[in-house]
Amino acid sequence: MELAITIIIAIMILGAIYAIHAKDLLSAIITCGIVGYGLVICFLLLKAPDLAIVQIVVETITLIIMVAVVLDSSREERYAKLDSKGYVNAAIGLIVVLVLLYFFRSAAISLDVFGESNLRMASAYINGAAEKTGSANLVTGVVFDFRGYDTLGEATVLVTAVLGVLTILRIRGKK
Amino acid sequence: MKGMTVIVKKTTQLLAGLIFMYGIYIIVHGHLTPGGGFAGGVIIAGAFILVILAFGGDFLNLQKEEVGTTVRENIAVLFVLMLAVAGLFIGSKAFFNNYLPKGTVGELVSAGVLPLYNIFVGIEVASSILVIFLALVIFKEEDIK
Repeated sequence: MELAITIIIAIMILGAIYAIHAKDLLSAIITCGIVGYGLVICFLLLKAPDLAIVQIVVETITLIIMVAVVLDSSREERYAKLDSKGYVNAAIGLIVVLVLLYFFRSAAISLDVFGESNLRMASAYINGAAEKTGSANLVTGVVFDFRGYDTLGEATVLVTAVLGVLTILRIRGKK
Repeated sequence: MKGMTVIVKKTTQLLAGLIFMYGIYIIVHGHLTPGGGFAGGVIIAGAFILVILAFGGDFLNLQKEEVGTTVRENIAVLFVLMLAVAGLFIGSKAFFNNYLPKGTVGELVSAGVLPLYNIFVGIEVASSILVIFLALVIFKEEDIK
């Protein structure tokens, strides 16, 4: 399973790199879809169907909206030439990537083996959650019962985001 | 926003109701099978988006829909909050208390208040996604006029 996930993640990285360098914006968006749908397959392989359902639907709707946006505006990307400032930025980015890689590697050694982490809190949730919450689906039990505050916060964030979108996009109000 | 061809319209008429029912199924069975309020809400919004894309904005006369969905979204969040506050007054004094009888694990009517939370979060998510899409459609047509 680790091998399959590694291959899928490699394909996702290739798609992301192509999306940055594509000249046609429509093909850039379609290759962005590779990242999202690859993530869906990763979720399914890691036995998280709840996340996979949400991810596949949200990815599809996002693709539809982005395709509509690109078809209405221009399909060409405006290129900016690399000047001396750009080279400095690229060098700083490369240094940051190397530093992060070093620290991630030293942190990854001290982690548990893949798929075998056994946290105290997680085992407390898993043991007897069905009797405590009455829910056969453990995820719903955790999301709405043990972690009700978090879910309320998520719903509030969504409402706030929609209000922000309405405020920014309203054209008649600006005039 | 113009509609699409006859083939797309007919297929949409056949499929949109099924997709809507599937979203409701995912929400209602959220405490039994994978899924729940967030996933089912996005599927319901997808059914509406399919209809809007296929038939176009003029056919549906979209000017008033946007206000209604925003109101519905806020009311749904208010219901979630009220259900949570009700936990304070019934039984032990705890926010988000599961105060309804739990029933047997695995039946459709079980798990106390969790299905109610699922339903209201589903309404809220469906309306928010739909509001964003409608904002993109309606405000662009305003700009053209």
